[in-house]
Amino acid sequence: MVMMHSLLAEGIGVQNWTYILVGITFTLYIGIAIWSRAGSTKEFYVAGGGVSPLANGMATAADWMSAASFISMAGIISFAGYDGAVYLMGWTGGYVLLALLLAPYLRKFGKFTVPDFIGDRYYSNTARFVGVICALLVSFTYVAGQMRGVGLVFSRFLEVDINTGVIVGMLIVLFYAVLGGMKGITYTQVAQYCVLIFAFMVPAIFISIQMTGNPIPQLGFGSTLADSSGTYLLDKLDGLSTDLGFAEYTEGSKSMVDVFAITLALMVGTAGLPHVIVRFFTVKRVKDARKSAGIALLLIVILYTTAPAVAVFARTNMIETVSNKSYAEVPVWFKKWETTGLITFTDKNNDGHIQYVADKSKNELVVDNDIMVLANPEIANLPDWVIALVAAGALAAALSTAAGLLLVISASVSHDLIKKIINPNISEKNELAAARLSAVVAVCVAGYFGINPPGFVAATVALAFGLAAASFFPAIILGIFYKKMNKEGAIAGMVVGITAMLLYMVKYRLGWFDDVLPDKSEWWFGISPEGFGTIAMLLNFIVSIVIMRFTPDPPQEVQDIVENIRIPSGAGDATH
Amino acid sequence: MTDKEKAKAYWKENIRYVLILMFIWFIVSFGAGILLKDALNSFKIGGFKLGFWFAQQGSMYVFVVLIFVYVRLMNKLDKKYGYDA
Repeated sequence: MVMMHSLLAEGIGVQNWTYILVGITFTLYIGIAIWSRAGSTKEFYVAGGGVSPLANGMATAADWMSAASFISMAGIISFAGYDGAVYLMGWTGGYVLLALLLAPYLRKFGKFTVPDFIGDRYYSNTARFVGVICALLVSFTYVAGQMRGVGLVFSRFLEVDINTGVIVGMLIVLFYAVLGGMKGITYTQVAQYCVLIFAFMVPAIFISIQMTGNPIPQLGFGSTLADSSGTYLLDKLDGLSTDLGFAEYTEGSKSMVDVFAITLALMVGTAGLPHVIVRFFTVKRVKDARKSAGIALLLIVILYTTAPAVAVFARTNMIETVSNKSYAEVPVWFKKWETTGLITFTDKNNDGHIQYVADKSKNELVVDNDIMVLANPEIANLPDWVIALVAAGALAAALSTAAGLLLVISASVSHDLIKKIINPNISEKNELAAARLSAVVAVCVAGYFGINPPGFVAATVALAFGLAAASFFPAIILGIFYKKMNKEGAIAGMVVGITAMLLYMVKYRLGWFDDVLPDKSEWWFGISPEGFGTIAMLLNFIVSIVIMRFTPDPPQEVQDIVENIRIPSGAGDATH
Repeated sequence: MTDKEKAKAYWKENIRYVLILMFIWFIVSFGAGILLKDALNSFKIGGFKLGFWFAQQGSMYVFVVLIFVYVRLMNKLDKKYGYDA
């Protein structure tokens, strides 16, 4: 008690606060995992199939909101201005597609995984195998980024080595994903949603009050400044941006066709991501699948409508704090982030001041997207516990998504590959063991990429959405809404769609086909690789339908299945 | 009505709902937030240019409403056709 008292008197400090909050949340996750461990493959893959719509909505929201949503998105928007809307609309609009076009029918179909649907609907193990490959590609590219996020938070806030951070994160995820499977993951994700949304909202509300006097960030960034000048915050930021040579914040700089294509690719990609779709297999009835999609989106939109406000606050604060200020007098947070290499300052004209301008030859300051959310509370001088809370929230976001992805990877291997293709006679007990073993291997691979990130990780996250858009989305939509779609059409469509997407990414994002990366002006129709998923998806639809016209109809029993999944009643439990 | 006719009629009504809601989905995001952004930006609500607001706020609120409207419509439709068991 005496010690507590003296700690409080001196101020506990950001680092101790971080240890306390991260310690409490990690204990909570482990406790939940022990309480909800899985005993059967059904519990391991779909949490037993009896999850309530509210719990599933919360779990889906945490599953979906990754380190990218929590840490990077507001930062990206704050540098991209209007163009950041591609992520906001793209990553939420996909849920409308999910709720209206996919979730209810996939729930009625009643299987464990997405490749399962592809394999059964298209009566072909070739189709199933293509599905497994797509699921693995998408999930691995994603999970490496989550591990990196965990490492980043540990290294900055607890001042441990970034690799140690990745390993600690691996062990935690390993513990509850392997032990609890989908059941453990679902209930830890419910807790993680609460932690992450609280951690995101508290600093946003503080800063909104500070800057505009309005406690609701969504309204705050459209309000006038608190300094009673009567100027709107957005007008001020537009002015600051143009003064420094950037485009007006509310206008952006991407072409309209590219904004359109990227938004659509992200929406369709979202609806085609296996770790999101699989969450709708865990509820009891078809109507629960629809409802939990709505709840999930509502919970996601709380964060997603706050992020653009945070972006505006952070950008305005940052420009005002550092632009044309003397380097010798920068605040403490600036120096701390410099040591992580995420802020760099090169005094090109040797005047000792920081010139932050659009002109690359004169600009002296480079700020990584990823630190805007993490550094924001420090920039705004918020209390230590708020800064620590952001660290705990970022970890919750990264861990919940990583766990969801690992489950997709392990189910794809143990269920779709081993049980359905290699050894159909495997016993329930051995399949469960195989699922756990593949989860362990997947965590190790993800950890490896977290510690040794290949140079193209950032580029491949966009690829994950493009891949999902180009492969799963058309195959599932046609499988539900087009009774006559056959295996020849679907397989050809998926292969052509994915290949087109891969080739375009390799040529125009990675530049492996040429000596130098081809210029923007060579993009097809002016569409960036991030937006090419839209074209690849259209290609998939066209190829599927054309090939179908020249090949035999699907067997009658498959057509009967399609008629059956359109009717919501009598959705049984998910089965093998 | 036979079971088959019933299923067909149910599916037709469902598709009609989906098409109407998807139309609104398209209008608020790709329409107001992207294609018509510049025109809408000449209007302001508070400090927001309207096109910018649709792109970074409004479209997302409408998305949430759309899903809950669909949930309600479909729960009613399920009842009407006796598929709510």
